[in-house]
Amino acid sequence: MSFWTDYTLQIVALGAAALGLTSGALGSFAVLRKQSLLGDAISHAALPGIALAFLLTGSKAPLVLVLGAAVAGWIGTLVVMRIVNATRNKEDSALGIVLAVFFGFGLVLLTLIQKRPDASQAGLDRFLFGQAATLLQRDVILISVLGGIALLVSAVFWKEFKLLAFDPEFATSIGLPVRLLDVILTSVLVLSIVIGLQTVGVVLMSAMVVAPAAAARQWTDRLGRMVLLAGGFGALAGVSGAVISSAAQHVPTGPTIVLCLTALVVVSMAFAPTRGLVWEGVRQARNRRTLHMHSVLADLQALALQHPEQEHGHATAVLEIVHPGALHELKALEQRGWARRRGDDWAITPAGRAEAATHGRGPDYEEER
Amino acid sequence: MVPEQEIQWIAALTAAACALPGVFLVLRRMALMSDAISHAILLGIVLGFFVTQNLASPLLVVAAAATGVLTVSLVEMINRTRLVREDAAIGLVFPALFSIGVILIARFAGSVHLDVDAVLLGELAFAPFNRWIVNGRDLGPRTLWLMGALLLLNAGFVAAFYKELKITTFDAALAGTLGFAPGLLHYAFMTLVSATAVGAFDAVGSVLVVALMIAPPAAAFLLTDRLPRMIGLSVALGVVSALAGYWTSYLFDVSIAGSMATMTGAMFGIVFLLAPERGLLALERRRRRQRWEFAQTMLAIHLMNHEDSAEADRENRESHLHGHLRWKPEFAQRVVRRAEGSGWLSRTGGDTLRLTDRGRVAACEAIGITS
Repeated sequence: MSFWTDYTLQIVALGAAALGLTSGALGSFAVLRKQSLLGDAISHAALPGIALAFLLTGSKAPLVLVLGAAVAGWIGTLVVMRIVNATRNKEDSALGIVLAVFFGFGLVLLTLIQKRPDASQAGLDRFLFGQAATLLQRDVILISVLGGIALLVSAVFWKEFKLLAFDPEFATSIGLPVRLLDVILTSVLVLSIVIGLQTVGVVLMSAMVVAPAAAARQWTDRLGRMVLLAGGFGALAGVSGAVISSAAQHVPTGPTIVLCLTALVVVSMAFAPTRGLVWEGVRQARNRRTLHMHSVLADLQALALQHPEQEHGHATAVLEIVHPGALHELKALEQRGWARRRGDDWAITPAGRAEAATHGRGPDYEEER
Repeated sequence: MVPEQEIQWIAALTAAACALPGVFLVLRRMALMSDAISHAILLGIVLGFFVTQNLASPLLVVAAAATGVLTVSLVEMINRTRLVREDAAIGLVFPALFSIGVILIARFAGSVHLDVDAVLLGELAFAPFNRWIVNGRDLGPRTLWLMGALLLLNAGFVAAFYKELKITTFDAALAGTLGFAPGLLHYAFMTLVSATAVGAFDAVGSVLVVALMIAPPAAAFLLTDRLPRMIGLSVALGVVSALAGYWTSYLFDVSIAGSMATMTGAMFGIVFLLAPERGLLALERRRRRQRWEFAQTMLAIHLMNHEDSAEADRENRESHLHGHLRWKPEFAQRVVRRAEGSGWLSRTGGDTLRLTDRGRVAACEAIGITS
């Protein structure tokens, strides 16, 4: 089956893309504000909201369930903040309590619902792990509309959210209503999380918030670019996850999207310019070589000073005593015209002496002479 | 034992076994490591299952505990690169490992008795069916023995390394300079957390392990300042919540693990509200009392400031306080009555207020004059 002819796949991919775009973009703020795991608590806390919304209305309309999830996720966030502010328990404990307790309560409600005589409850448990294959056109429209609202709000409050992320004290001092802005930002984060529960599930939704932002952070130091990149990464992972899981048999979509995101994070952490670990390693290796080369040059210089005739050659073995593997450095010195080779002997050149003189140990030897 | 009793024993032992390492997780601000570990062990359980083809094999526990430790070291490895913060590192590692586990199950284990629900949510009601039989003798449910062993292991570890745990928890730098090996202890401890999470997944499911590990110690933290007492209280609160959860689930016929988690939350909520010194009510009461004490002191300072001066007659009247301190008349009246009650002032000639010696001393103390 091809992407271009398979309608179900197109719907799923579109939904996953809209979802990845929203949660990636808004996740950037969460990650920058050190609230990466708030997403985990919110998504778990949403479960009882979904169950209650169904118990109260008897409806499984996506909007009803998503609103229930949003209210519960929001209450969960409030509880976390209350615990952190009013007790000496730290944020990690508060998040842990909220996510596990709300989730447990959600399970209780789900088992209550399962006892109902009619079969109307079928399908609620797809929120646990997500079932992207069940996405319908109306679900995708809902995801896009709510995600669009969340993105629009963050565009409107762009400047304020930026300040909130980087310097909340300054924001307070210039008279911004920080608490209100915090509430708005948290609300759009909640929104971006609950729209993903049906596709990815409560357990894995936190990755949709954290991973795109963590990957995007490696490529840029500018918030605007980071948010755009994170949204792009989220959408890319959403589409690739949907396509891969439809191509292979028995591969659930949610976990596949998460693994695509993980791959993006690994690539970003390894290869992003300036911050990437690979470039960092290359840089360190290069520095180490330069350092070695200069200390071999200094040794050559020191040896030269012991001899009346400075162009006197010294055997590689002599230099290898101090610097195992010095031959490699000597060749590099020769390339730069700082050392000259005669058979197996090495001598420093006038240019090499000048270079050695400028490198720390040089002047001391000049004085000795 | 009848199955109901066995379930309760398992619930109580699991709660106690989880609360012990939980205390240190909460104090070390690593509560969410339990979340990460309990999700990531799914991968270990799946891999162990592929090797042994037996859900009851002890190798499964070993493989899963190893995945837990792998999670911890992966998080620390990512941390060391300093490319992302610690919370983000946790949020990156466990969803990835969990996803691999879910995909493996969906792809290769679809037909056997191993599904994500069972691992994540647990089913305590089935625990009594899985019995440990040696030479034809029925020794009781396997889970009961497993959790009992884990409880003993945890208690033994805490008892043996109590001093080390305490010092690395409260002052890691000091522990380092004194020559303890915080890293080694940390890994031993995290292995224990993983093993406990693995043992408990069978009973309560991995997400609810988090509830049993975090909520009781977090509640106990609000009740005491002493570590031994906190450990005891955590175990007690955990066991009580677990049993209360069991009975609630029995009454309403709902998920046992879910209602146990709900009860740990309810327990935390009650402590959060009513804790004698740190509870919300106690805080509110203290705030209110401080408001009155502050007003009373203000009044004493005001009276002292103006006594023996020309305007004393005009200033030191109850009816003047509204103009001077912006107190509403009824508030002023109550403050004056309180101050009178504590013997700080006396009324002379109806409205005029006069400080007593005791009131003067209190006012002097408040503004820092010691005579």
